[in-house]
Amino acid sequence: MGIKYLDITGVGIEFDTNGSKFRALQNVNLRMKKGEFVSLIGHSGCGKSTVLNIVAGLHRATEGGVVLEGKEVTEPGPDRAVVFQNHSLMPWLSVYENVELAVNQVFRKTKSRAERREWIEHNLQLVNMDHALDKLPGEISGGMKQRVGIARCLAMQPKVLLMDEPFGALDALTRAQLQDSLMEIQAELGNTVIMITHDVDEAVLLSDRIVMMTNGPAASIGEILDVNLARPRDRLDLAENPEFVHLRQQVLEFLYAKHSQPAKAAQETPQPERESAAVVEALSAEEDSGAKTGGPDSEAA
Amino acid sequence: MSDTATLKPDDRYQQLLARLGSRSFIEGLILPALGILVFLLAWQFSANRIETSLGKFPGPTQVWEQIENLGAEHKRERAKEAAFYQRQEERNARKLARDPDAVIKIRNYTGKPTFFDQIITSLLTVAAGFFIANLIAIPLGIVCGLSAATYKAMNPIIQVFKPVSPLAWLPLVTMVVSATYTAEDPVFDKAFLNSAITVALCCLWPTLINTTVGVTGIDRDLVNVSRVMALSPMVHVRKIVIPAAIPMIFTGLRLSLATGWMVLIAAEMLAQNPGLGKFVWDEFQNGSSNSLGRIMVAVIAIGLIGFMLDKLMLTLQKRVSWDKSAVLR
Repeated sequence: MGIKYLDITGVGIEFDTNGSKFRALQNVNLRMKKGEFVSLIGHSGCGKSTVLNIVAGLHRATEGGVVLEGKEVTEPGPDRAVVFQNHSLMPWLSVYENVELAVNQVFRKTKSRAERREWIEHNLQLVNMDHALDKLPGEISGGMKQRVGIARCLAMQPKVLLMDEPFGALDALTRAQLQDSLMEIQAELGNTVIMITHDVDEAVLLSDRIVMMTNGPAASIGEILDVNLARPRDRLDLAENPEFVHLRQQVLEFLYAKHSQPAKAAQETPQPERESAAVVEALSAEEDSGAKTGGPDSEAA
Repeated sequence: MSDTATLKPDDRYQQLLARLGSRSFIEGLILPALGILVFLLAWQFSANRIETSLGKFPGPTQVWEQIENLGAEHKRERAKEAAFYQRQEERNARKLARDPDAVIKIRNYTGKPTFFDQIITSLLTVAAGFFIANLIAIPLGIVCGLSAATYKAMNPIIQVFKPVSPLAWLPLVTMVVSATYTAEDPVFDKAFLNSAITVALCCLWPTLINTTVGVTGIDRDLVNVSRVMALSPMVHVRKIVIPAAIPMIFTGLRLSLATGWMVLIAAEMLAQNPGLGKFVWDEFQNGSSNSLGRIMVAVIAIGLIGFMLDKLMLTLQKRVSWDKSAVLR
């Protein structure tokens, strides 16, 4: 495996919207090692989620393809578990039953009933949710729900864990707690992770590499930034770490100086612009920064 | 709440008074009672002014008399029935005492069904029709909800048959049942089958449509979760589709049952199924001075039973629903 664990090659996708074709992605190439944590960052509507959905098998690429451990991805499967932004737990199943549904599906043949029970409890323990096994999702907080959503995915023992803005809907404190939990779990289990995020700090804190995407339509990978900060990482120590600050600066530079979303582009893209206010604010802050980033600046608009 | 027991009797009296004076008490009990009272007065007042060929239109007092009459008739009929069986038993016992090998006959009592028997018959008929309808409507609704192609294929048929009145179906059902149901010793009465099938044909549609809508409206994310877990179609339906669509399915079921109960009375009148519909029809044909009062009793009974059936479904829905906080009405 080594260098070629997950291979995304020449992926592009075209959507048919009311007869007219809309090209969302073009020529996306990414290779991942086993155990690597990669973040996808970019403006809303740039096709991050589409990339993730193609890896998950929920979307089919128009050209190019995804190969995971030598096997082409053609349909969704538990080896590519997805943590969705809004937890997506079945509201009629308890915390335990939600994880059980996934575990029964994946380990029905290989684990005994007792082993499965232990495995479910173990995974809920990993995310510190073993105290609420019999609660319904409606009875626990948003952060807890997302913890259970992560446990459900971990319990499937996926080859790649895909996370679609997993902490986007949470408040800052809860988000920090979950980021710390995720780092601990990843250190322990060595999962291969692709995470979509809007949060620059989150990307730098968690990732081994940050993949920065250009704006759509026909979005692609703009730059890839290596994050070589030593692990385990501590958010307090990093806050003043010059390397962290520099990396953060580079991402901001890419997002808001090189690929800031112009107003006309916003009109063209059908997706709503959630963070336009934040963009404007950041634009004025970052306009003067002259720091240049390294790496290939491909297909820059 | 919990400290009521520790209160002195005086305090409890005060609390009771406070409850009586509270807004919720007035709204919950006084207002409905007032509404009923006004209705009864208006009824009595206007009933006295309507002359029909069968006498004055019955007011609340006459209807109450008929309720008592029907109750008394029921008791008399039960007593007669019990006496009949007792006589039969005694006769058979005597026969056997004389000759242990004697062939004894046990006959069923064939007295005329009372009002309460007819209510039971109606309830059984509507239950049978409702059951048949849902056996078809729920699975079909799930398939229509899951597959857009099936829905498109089914849609014209649903739209055309949905507004058809039960009375149009009934002659067809009657002929088909007569032709196909020719068992030597039939378990079901033909009139019962005719009524039940007619009810089924009419209360199929609300459940079918609501189930389809419920299944179509499942959260995309939950469907994606199911796809990622690679759940088999059966598990997908059982663990995700049905629970997600339960609220809409129950909306359909409640509409269905209400439709079915309404349709049943008409169907029974024409099919001569010995239920409430036949009771109304027979009284109408009978044309005694009590008939209108007795029909009015049936009208009230039909209304009350319809109301109770809906409450029953609501209770069932609350039981089955996973979302205990949802406001159901």
